[in-house]
Amino acid sequence: MTKVYPTAAAALDGLLRDNLMIAAGGFGLCGIPELLIAAIRDSGVKGLTVASNNAGVDGFGLGQLLETRQVKKMISSYVGENAEFMRQYLSGELELEFNPQGTLAERMRAGGAGIPGFYTKTGVGTVIAEGKEHHDFDGQTYILERGIVADLAIVKAWKADPSGNLVFRKTARNFNVPAATCGKICVAEVEEIVPLGSLDPDTIHLPGIYVHRLVQGPHEKRIEQRTVRKRESV
Amino acid sequence: MWDRNQIAARAAKELQDGTYVNLGIGIPTLVSNYIPPGVNVTLQSENGMLGMGPFPFEGEEDPDLINAGKQTITELPQTAYFDSAQSFAMIRGGKIAMAILGAMEVSEEGDLANWMIPGKLVKGMGGAMDLVAGVGRVVVVMDHTSKHGESKVLKACTLPLTGKAVVNRIITNLGVLDVVPGGLRIVELADGVSEADLRAATEATIVG
Repeated sequence: MTKVYPTAAAALDGLLRDNLMIAAGGFGLCGIPELLIAAIRDSGVKGLTVASNNAGVDGFGLGQLLETRQVKKMISSYVGENAEFMRQYLSGELELEFNPQGTLAERMRAGGAGIPGFYTKTGVGTVIAEGKEHHDFDGQTYILERGIVADLAIVKAWKADPSGNLVFRKTARNFNVPAATCGKICVAEVEEIVPLGSLDPDTIHLPGIYVHRLVQGPHEKRIEQRTVRKRESV
Repeated sequence: MWDRNQIAARAAKELQDGTYVNLGIGIPTLVSNYIPPGVNVTLQSENGMLGMGPFPFEGEEDPDLINAGKQTITELPQTAYFDSAQSFAMIRGGKIAMAILGAMEVSEEGDLANWMIPGKLVKGMGGAMDLVAGVGRVVVVMDHTSKHGESKVLKACTLPLTGKAVVNRIITNLGVLDVVPGGLRIVELADGVSEADLRAATEATIVG
């Protein structure tokens, strides 16, 4: 049985249904599963809950699923780049659960690691702590946060081998690792699928046990904030 | 009064040689332009990088290499990359010596508000709540007053908190204040600012 699928739509075939909970990798527009997001948009599934650090920008990344009203709820830490998101949220059309970024990452990691909850001091004394169990350890107060297990994880890596072993590149790793592990099914899109044996086993960032389906790019890899410095004249 | 760059330059004096530091978005990002000679700090970017370098030369931008403000950056010889769970493990685990963060409001108890204005501005806390809960020392850089002249250094924050009793030092356009038992203590005045000016612009209790 192969893990490699010819298109993003094929890689998602049979996995999509309304009201699904999806965990998505990426930080800003860096390392987002752009092909899988576009395929989910084209599929027309609705009522999605999406756990993702950010919500894309207007017209790209998860922003596309917001425009088509396919998302019911976002679980995110920062959504400041998306005007449509802010509009839908402030008008009550979209549910939003803010999670501190580290809490979101750890919720995914924990969910994928079979840990249903963990205590953290992040958010103690803030609205994030409201309604959550508090517990003191060694004189410090912590709150209980739940692990996330998603119906589907969608992630983007740099390279894969056909067994699903993944290698990421630079800061595009970000949430892709914890998101991948917390999915009951994980679909990964990559820039290149290389032959079995050509990845050094010592440099695998995410073992193929977590990855069920693969599809190869091309990726646009849009830059959100292009910042440069001038070359000093010699 | 200090401008944004002078605030950043003053904040850079807080950096200790040999430490790992996280700089927030905005004025904090400018701090990296003023790291004193002989002080070697490693900058952490919470999207998954230690050893953050300067902006790339034009034409060398890499979409896979950004900082937490989503700006294109570069790597250094000592750079290491990791995933977001690992990134916040080192933050929550107390491995980062200091964070320098922006603020909308700060209180005399060291409470910090910098992530939302209910009904108006919904951006999110990003990594700020984890940072203030986990790092060794929190330095806040901000304007002392709003555009309308109202103090942002308060007895109690009016906006939703990022963290409770988490701020150690406040650096504003008017000077430097420390959070101490009973209120804030004046550490330093900005150029051309009198103690009376600073007190007049501060709603929080000033002690000592």
